[in-house]
Amino acid sequence: MNTLTDTPSNTLADRHFLEQLRHQMLSFARLQLNDDHLAEDAVQEALAGALKNADAFKRQAALKTWVFAILKNKITDILRQKYRLQEHMLPDDDDGCKNGEELDDQLFDHRGHWQADERPQHWGAPQRLVYERQFWQVFDACLNHLPAQQARVFMMREFLELSSNEICSAQSVSVSNLHVLLYRARLQLRECLENNWFSGAQEA
Amino acid sequence: MMNCREATRLMSEAQERKLSLGETAELKIHTMICAGCKNFGQQMQSLRGMMRSFAQGDDPEDKPPGWQGHNKDNE
Repeated sequence: MNTLTDTPSNTLADRHFLEQLRHQMLSFARLQLNDDHLAEDAVQEALAGALKNADAFKRQAALKTWVFAILKNKITDILRQKYRLQEHMLPDDDDGCKNGEELDDQLFDHRGHWQADERPQHWGAPQRLVYERQFWQVFDACLNHLPAQQARVFMMREFLELSSNEICSAQSVSVSNLHVLLYRARLQLRECLENNWFSGAQEA
Repeated sequence: MMNCREATRLMSEAQERKLSLGETAELKIHTMICAGCKNFGQQMQSLRGMMRSFAQGDDPEDKPPGWQGHNKDNE
C-alpha cells in the first residue's frame, strides 16, 4: 500500500503549494480570458470556493484537480457571457491564420507532401506513456511553445471543451480560421511531442 | 488526388465536425497509401486523449509513487 504523506491539514498549510497553485491557475486563466482583471477575479473566486471544502481532500493532487475544475467552470461562464454579448456582431473573415504559416512550409514540400524527414512516425502505445511523469513535463513544455492565439483556442477546444461557435465568438475569428488555428496547433504539438519524446522513447 | 497537407487538415477538422462521405472516402484512399498520414490520423486521437488526462490533473509533481500501474494489477 502506498503511504500518503499529505494529511488534510498540511495540504492547506503548505504555503508553497498554495502559492504555486495560484500561480498555475492565474497563468491558465490569463491565457483563456486574455484579461488580467477577469483572470484575477476568476482565480480568487475559484480558490475561495474550493478552500472552504479543502479538508475533504487528502492529497494535493486531488485538491488541485478540484480547484481547476471549479476554475474551468468559472472561465466557461465568463466566456459564455462574452459570447452572448457578441452574438449579434459576428466577426468578419480576418487575420486569424497568419501565425504558423512557416511551420506548414517546413513540414510539407511544394506539392503538399510530407518532407522525407518530417513524415509522422508510429508512436507505439501512447496510452501507457501518457501516465509517465517525464512525459507530462515534455507535454507541458510543448503546449507552452505554441503561439499564444493557437494555444488559447486549442485549450478552449480541448480543455474547456467549448464549441466552435463559442470559441469563434469569444476570439473574434471565423469558423474556417478557427479550424486553421486548431490544425496548426495540433501540427506543432504533434511535431514537438514526436521530436522530444516519441522518437527517443520508442526503443525504451 | 488529395495531398498530405489537405489530408492532415481534414483529419484535424474531423475533431470539430463530421466529415462528408466524399471526404471520408478520399481520406481512406489517401491513408491506404500514405503511412505518414495514417500515423498522423491516429495521433489526432491520441492528442485528444492526452489533453483529457492532462485536464484531469495527471500532473507530474502530484503523482504518488506507483501511480503508473493504477490501471493494471501490480504483481
